[in-house]
Amino acid sequence: MSYFPDDMPRPEPTMDEAGFWEFCKDRSLRFQACTSCGTLRHPPLPMCPHCQSCGIDWKEAPPDAEVYSYTVVRHASHPAVTPRLPYVVAVVEFPALPGVRLITNITDIDPGAVRIGLPVKLWWDDIGEGMHVPRFRA
Amino acid sequence: MTRRKACLVGVGQSEFTRWGGIKDRSQFQITAQAIVSAIRDAGMQPADVDGLASFSDDANSAPLMAVALGLPKLRWSSMVWGGGGGGSMGGLAQACAAVESGQAEAVAVYRGLCQGQGRRFGKFSAVRPGASFVNPFGLFSPPSMLALLVRRFMHLYPITELHLAEVALNARANANRNPNAVMHDKPLTLEQYLDGRWIAEPLRLYDCCLETDGACAVVVTTRERAADLQQPVIEVLSSIHGGGPQWGHGPLASHNMPDADYASTNGRGLARDLYAAAGVAPADIDVAQIYDHFSGLVLMALEEYGFCGRGESGAFVESGAIRRDSGKLPINTSGGQLSEAYVHGMNLLIEGVRQLRGTSTSQVPDARVCLVTGGLGVSPTSAAILGRV
Repeated sequence: MSYFPDDMPRPEPTMDEAGFWEFCKDRSLRFQACTSCGTLRHPPLPMCPHCQSCGIDWKEAPPDAEVYSYTVVRHASHPAVTPRLPYVVAVVEFPALPGVRLITNITDIDPGAVRIGLPVKLWWDDIGEGMHVPRFRA
Repeated sequence: MTRRKACLVGVGQSEFTRWGGIKDRSQFQITAQAIVSAIRDAGMQPADVDGLASFSDDANSAPLMAVALGLPKLRWSSMVWGGGGGGSMGGLAQACAAVESGQAEAVAVYRGLCQGQGRRFGKFSAVRPGASFVNPFGLFSPPSMLALLVRRFMHLYPITELHLAEVALNARANANRNPNAVMHDKPLTLEQYLDGRWIAEPLRLYDCCLETDGACAVVVTTRERAADLQQPVIEVLSSIHGGGPQWGHGPLASHNMPDADYASTNGRGLARDLYAAAGVAPADIDVAQIYDHFSGLVLMALEEYGFCGRGESGAFVESGAIRRDSGKLPINTSGGQLSEAYVHGMNLLIEGVRQLRGTSTSQVPDARVCLVTGGLGVSPTSAAILGRV
């Protein structure tokens, strides 16, 4: 059973975003890295904003991240989240991968205990139909 | 002063209501009526207008608007890219570019939105750029998206909930003097503010703009033409829109902006260029209308537009600086978007004009220079400095 109910909006990637979600299907969190200059970027883009190369490597993220910022959502803007309130949405960063941050959820924690700098660990949420979503727990 | 320098000569608006309050007329109709009000306020006729500008994916098509208004010729139609009200002063900037370059003689800048007839901005949207990177995580709506910036801002600097409260309480006090404000007859105390329900921490209910129905328009023409019209001449000293690196994905999609200005409005560089073009400094600003979709961003803007140092906005507002009666920089004197209405910043522009005409319900004595910002924390963001000639 996934973290949010089944009517939660699912990823609907554009052509340029599809690679990221293909790796997620295999429980692999990867960010685009430029084949020419190595610059990391997220969300996926068809071109390196540093050197304008269109060559793409996919660099695997480590499972360990830190909370860069977070909010405790207490108002439902979509009916799917109502049974989950309050829930934590965070921006996490990877000390080993400068330049990319990820929007995710911090689960399995009292929302009041979340803080900036909190170490968190990746887990994969099976949302069905072969798709997995990266979430983190303290 | 060049004869083609852009001036604001007319303002018009519909009534402002709570979300879904306007049911008997279409959004397009109230927008057209607001534009006609602005044209008549200027002492002009629709046939004098040959340009239309808007922003924020406005649904009220300029070519159709030209038909509805009966414009005999259209020489300018433009819309600024981007979500929310980020481009509100960008719409003004485009109108200024049109009249100053001679491509049009008079441009109406407008924004009409009836959230009851379209979609509520505070709700989930499947069409947001980068939606796949926010929606599966329940980051659906602007308050939660921008709460992430505000949280980090409060982590880095001595900003407290009482400082956020001051922004909301000031807006409400001003709205209580403005009969057109949706919250005109609803006083707000600090206790009520603190008792307000959480939307997305650290933002409570009263930290978030209203969801309303309404339309606003202004008319821009040349200094030469303005001198022959009936209103005091309000010059657009400068107007600008744009953004910094990686803000295009920004808070609405990915939060991968540079660390150095993550907890910001995306306006620091813009502010520098805006002041330089206007030839004025922050100390010359008599009154400001700062885009108040969320209280915390207003604090950031006070710093980025030079009214106090980095991290000092809490102490600045705590001193009473933004209040009409006591402050050195009264802001959001109509009640702003927290308490007057949320017309994507165009109501702030109209209030700026009222201040310089001397007709605000929270008039700042002898106000001659006014800063108005567009939507903060998005790209593009935008701003303008207006001056009473």
